[in-house]
Amino acid sequence: MQRRLKIGVLYSRVRVEEKWIFGAMEKRGIDYDRLDDRAISFDLEKPDAWRQYDAVLERSISYNSGLYALRMLNAFGVPTVNTAAVAEVCGDKLMTSAVLARDDVPQPHNVTAFSPEAALEAIEAFGYPVVLKPVVGSWGRLLAKINDRDAAEAVLEHKSTLGSVQHSVFYIQEFIEKPGRDLRIIMIGDKVLTGMYRSSEHWITNTARGGSGELCPITPEIEDICLRASKAVGGGLLGVDLVEHPEKGLVVNEINHTMEFHTMQPVSGLDIAGEIVEYVVKTAKK
Amino acid sequence: MSTVNCPECEAEIKFAEGTEAGEIIVCSDCGVDLEVVSVDPAAVQLAPMEQEDWGE
Repeated sequence: MQRRLKIGVLYSRVRVEEKWIFGAMEKRGIDYDRLDDRAISFDLEKPDAWRQYDAVLERSISYNSGLYALRMLNAFGVPTVNTAAVAEVCGDKLMTSAVLARDDVPQPHNVTAFSPEAALEAIEAFGYPVVLKPVVGSWGRLLAKINDRDAAEAVLEHKSTLGSVQHSVFYIQEFIEKPGRDLRIIMIGDKVLTGMYRSSEHWITNTARGGSGELCPITPEIEDICLRASKAVGGGLLGVDLVEHPEKGLVVNEINHTMEFHTMQPVSGLDIAGEIVEYVVKTAKK
Repeated sequence: MSTVNCPECEAEIKFAEGTEAGEIIVCSDCGVDLEVVSVDPAAVQLAPMEQEDWGE
């Protein structure tokens, strides 16, 4: 008799997405464990405790905990969704930009500098306004739209004085006059599952910041850029954020490897949690 | 239905149906975020503060 699959779901908080995922696991009669990332540990001499899992779905809110857990699991030979390599690239905006540039995938114009002086010089060359982003972190936090030199000097000084060492990687991006919305597209493997427009009066359109969602028809152009973006970062279960650039057309703004879909699931009418679980099962059987 | 007191303001909080351990609920009186530690017996604690590397 074939052994029953065993899946692990690594999480930090039971958000509505995790509830849906647990529900989808139970509906399919899948044997799974809920793994709270605050309660687990990895003993390098006891990998078998982890090898009982045919696959682990990583849903940690903490980028660091999720990434290191994936690294350990992959080192033990446990398949994960997503892989550590994909999380490493997607969790860091500069690494994402680097692989997109390598594969000629359209993205906003970015410049990176490692000192406030070099960053100021780069910002001045860009012209105002520009956007300064932390390389790690999300939900639209700590983004700064800089409208003039005074603001640039102040923000750069604050970041280098008050921020952690990572805030001294100055990731500078052109400010895009987008039409009050951006696009969130969900990719599962090499398939575009669904997409939505996220609208907001604010220049930050993230739904975690109060943006609202509306179904976005998947055009061949959207499909093409998302497939290329997914391939560039290594593929898997991804939320690709696109922006409509007035000159360049669609550009990839960022790619999320543990995406939230509390707005997308009701907007699309699709069982995204179910699709995710099916993908994890497929990964486990590989 | 499970009932618990808010550790911040002592307001009585009733768990909605389908509440699960690990879920975050908000105290309707003081607005603090609470993490459900256990459903039966009902127990909550102040939810961890948002960290810099949190996010999707």
